[in-house]
Amino acid sequence: MTTWLAQRLVQSVFVVLVMTAIVFVGVNVIGDPVSILISPDANQQERARIVAEFGLDQPLWSQYLSFLKGTLQGNFGNSFVYGMPALQVILSRMPATMELAIAAILLSVLIGVPLGLYAGLRPHSFFAKFMMAGSILGFSVPLFWLALILIMFFSVYLGWLPASGRGQTVDFLGIGWSFFTWDGLSHLCLPVLTLSIFKISLIMRMVRAGVREVLPQEYIKFARAKGLSRQRLLYVHVLKNIMIPVVTIIGLEFGSLIAFSVVTESIFSWPGMGKLIIDSINVLDRPMIVAYLMIIVFIFVTINLIVDILYTTLDPRVRLSRD
Amino acid sequence: MSAHASSASRSEQDEKLPITETPVRRMVREFMASPLAVSGLVVLSVLSLLAIFGPFIVPQNPYDLMQLDIMDSQLEPGAQSVAGMTYWLGTDDQGRDMLSGIIYGLRTSLGVGVISALVAALIGTSIGIYAAYAGGRTENLIMRVIDLQLSFPTILVALMILAFMGRGVMNVILALIIVEWSTYARTARGVALVERRKEYIEAAESLVIPRWRVLFKHLLPNCLPPLIVIATVQVGRSITLEATLSFLGLGVPITEPSLGLLISNGYQYMLSGKYWISLYPGIMLLVIIVAINLVGDQLRDVVNPRRQA
Amino acid sequence: MNGFASDPKTMHSSSRALLDVRGLKVKFKTNRGEGTAINDVSFTLRRGEVLGLVGESGSGKSVTGMSLMGLIENPGRICGGQILFDGIDLAKLSDLEMERLRGKRIAMIFQDPMMTLNPVLRISTQMIETVRAHDDVTLVEARRRARDALGQVGIPRPEERLDAYPHEFSGGMRQRVAIAIALLHKPDLIIADEPTTALDVTIQAQILSEVQKLTSEYGTALIWITHDLSIVCGLADNVAVMYGGQIVEYGPVAEVIRSPRHRYTDGLLNSVPSRNRRGDRLRQISGFAPSIFSMPQGCAFRPRCSFADDACHQTPPLATHGNHAHRCWHPISSREGLGS
Ligand SMILES: Nc1ncnc2c1ncn2[C@@H]1O[C@H](COP(=O)(O)OP(=O)(O)O)[C@@H](O)[C@H]1O
Ligand code: SF4
Ligand SMILES: [Mg+2]
Repeated sequence: MTTWLAQRLVQSVFVVLVMTAIVFVGVNVIGDPVSILISPDANQQERARIVAEFGLDQPLWSQYLSFLKGTLQGNFGNSFVYGMPALQVILSRMPATMELAIAAILLSVLIGVPLGLYAGLRPHSFFAKFMMAGSILGFSVPLFWLALILIMFFSVYLGWLPASGRGQTVDFLGIGWSFFTWDGLSHLCLPVLTLSIFKISLIMRMVRAGVREVLPQEYIKFARAKGLSRQRLLYVHVLKNIMIPVVTIIGLEFGSLIAFSVVTESIFSWPGMGKLIIDSINVLDRPMIVAYLMIIVFIFVTINLIVDILYTTLDPRVRLSRD
Repeated sequence: MSAHASSASRSEQDEKLPITETPVRRMVREFMASPLAVSGLVVLSVLSLLAIFGPFIVPQNPYDLMQLDIMDSQLEPGAQSVAGMTYWLGTDDQGRDMLSGIIYGLRTSLGVGVISALVAALIGTSIGIYAAYAGGRTENLIMRVIDLQLSFPTILVALMILAFMGRGVMNVILALIIVEWSTYARTARGVALVERRKEYIEAAESLVIPRWRVLFKHLLPNCLPPLIVIATVQVGRSITLEATLSFLGLGVPITEPSLGLLISNGYQYMLSGKYWISLYPGIMLLVIIVAINLVGDQLRDVVNPRRQA
Repeated sequence: MNGFASDPKTMHSSSRALLDVRGLKVKFKTNRGEGTAINDVSFTLRRGEVLGLVGESGSGKSVTGMSLMGLIENPGRICGGQILFDGIDLAKLSDLEMERLRGKRIAMIFQDPMMTLNPVLRISTQMIETVRAHDDVTLVEARRRARDALGQVGIPRPEERLDAYPHEFSGGMRQRVAIAIALLHKPDLIIADEPTTALDVTIQAQILSEVQKLTSEYGTALIWITHDLSIVCGLADNVAVMYGGQIVEYGPVAEVIRSPRHRYTDGLLNSVPSRNRRGDRLRQISGFAPSIFSMPQGCAFRPRCSFADDACHQTPPLATHGNHAHRCWHPISSREGLGS
């Protein structure tokens, strides 16, 4: 297990390295490095100074090494717009995005798992069939479109929920959170609902399929023959088997939630890193783009690593094969 | 009645059709068994025809600025134009007939989706089959690249490509191809590996038939069904992705608006109650994607019967 | 000692019978129609007695076992008969009452040991939950009982093995674990549904003698389901031969084997290797077992029986001679039986 973990860690570091190379190539070969590092309105003198400072006159490999060094130090240059280190700007927006993603995952699991269990246990009931048909819609509806419809209905037509901003936040651990105030929660509602619909459909279908697969198994019959209660059967024997794919999916979908925050945050003016990156792309604030890319790479590699470890711990068969 | 007779009559009930049925016929029959999937296919065909023949049908060329009248801007559905024409779905902020705009938007959306899916399929399949046949390090390397790419959400990858290249129909198509080829490659490799082990490929190879003929005559027909399933689903995903990118202002240019861009244009008016500018293109978008997914879902079950519920 | 409910003597002795099944009927309703999986099945079992339930695949043995456990589920349904267990009709118990009985007083072991243990739960979890489902004991006590039970079925180093997962055991060992679980509450009755069919012959014999030893030690009654008549010979007191959802022959093992009455039993015996003396060729019964959705009219064995005639289009009644009963219009007479 330790060997496996070590291998897996090395692999993750390698992936990050490869990604730095890809980003470097994207920025320096496909894009124009001067315009990426230097604000378009800089004068000739400043230009020359920065070219020298960033070693743009050096050969590519040595440029890559200094890029790598910068990446390791978290130095991606200053944002043109904010005039602050790009990394710092992005990190300050990260909690808002995380809050959205965590809330959406929680909601998806809390709704998706029970619905899936129900649909799996009573596949022929009207409600289960209705939910299954509904989940096709949930899969199909584009996120931004769903956001618009929700705003149109809940904000414009009913006037119940705010359509933009984060509302009142409370500082906790030095970071502001919307979780803790009513105003904050009401602002969370629509963006979280938007992000959750797809995940609810996905989790519901997975859990349903899992239940349908586990129920006819011989070990469920044997467990019933032991005189276990229905609760124990469902919540231990069935659920423990289903949890393995579900936890895997939750981990991977957490990553996609962070990715899709780009859309929801733009629509709901949620001050997270997703909205930040769209704004940065629109004004070509390139240091921000590079910093964002590297952060995303880091987040995804970490998520994949955690999912792999969780998967390994949860499934005894996999765990032992990796000993 | 003997035991033989009774068991024979049973198996006839199980499979009503004789064994001579070809796989394609079986798939068609099973596909037709789902009314939802069939209606999805009908809707899809109608919309495709609408997109292809759109320019001959539309009441107005929405991109000919000469035909637009700013006096007609933001009219409600069913309103009359200054010139006496009826705007069944209203007009946008430029005084453009929404119905015409939507049909043109449909052209762009479907076009981008289908072209990118087809090109990605071509490239991805070739790479996948190549990997399966090359084996060893080449195969390993290709698979690693595919895994790496699939571990990042497509929207982010596409976003970044467009951030560096700028907006434009061709750039969007290129970005979609880059994010999509890997799915095809992985599937094609999987199928190719299975097919490779089968005897007829060996037999064909031992007859010293040129490799490319083995590929095209034997391998491709077997790879095709699963690839068609993926391509169907991917067209839906491409359209969604393109719409999302365009909505964010990073996709197609304003001169060739897709459904996503139309929705984006109407968004600012929505909060003031002018819902139709966003809503109708949105409904059209949803209808296409649902239709594609219904067809794709059923195709998947038909091609791969094990997955049936 | 007669098992058939229609016999008045049974009514008289029911106070002594642990299990008295009378006219049990189970139907399955599927898209192919409604089929009767077991039809008018009756037998009795006293404490400590062993009954062999024999028949080809699909003859309704498992369904019979599952009915006794109250585990017939949709699309199946018990739609007739009684299952008197210690005087209580199990068919009438509520789900909760049945749940309390299952695993406590009646236990069941299944065919494939690779499939009967939950792959993601430790053996200890699966044993302790069984103890605590019925007895209000501490975790420590439950664990102790689990360990002892493992030791009893011959699993070495039980304390250590308790925390292993099922896939760390071989098939034979897993079946021992399943048997240990079934024995945890020293039930009155164990239903063993082909528990050795999936195992090697040597392990089969070990398990068989283990179960025999333990059940006779505890005075547990046993229903041993198998398609292999030779297994039943040394194990059971009585044997019930099933065909097409009915018991077609029933009686003391020695008698049924020595002088079978039903043509199907005779066919079964002829396909058992050890019984074929003088280098006879093994004779398999030709044809297929009927589906419950297309049962032949009259005697279910008719399409495969070389003695069938017009009479066999009527369902044969139960004919009893002493404690040996059969359902055949043209039974093998004692003389004929001796001759073959
Ligand atoms: N869940 C079910 N649905 C439909 N038919 C069933 C079901 N379970 C059992 N049967 C039918 O009942 C008959 C007897 O099955 P079973 O008792 O399992 O036979 P065996 O003697 O091999 O254990 C079979 O022919 C089968 O078709
Ligand atoms: S009743 Fe008739 S068909 Fe059935 S076993 Fe006896 S002789 Fe054969
Ligand atoms: Mg069975």
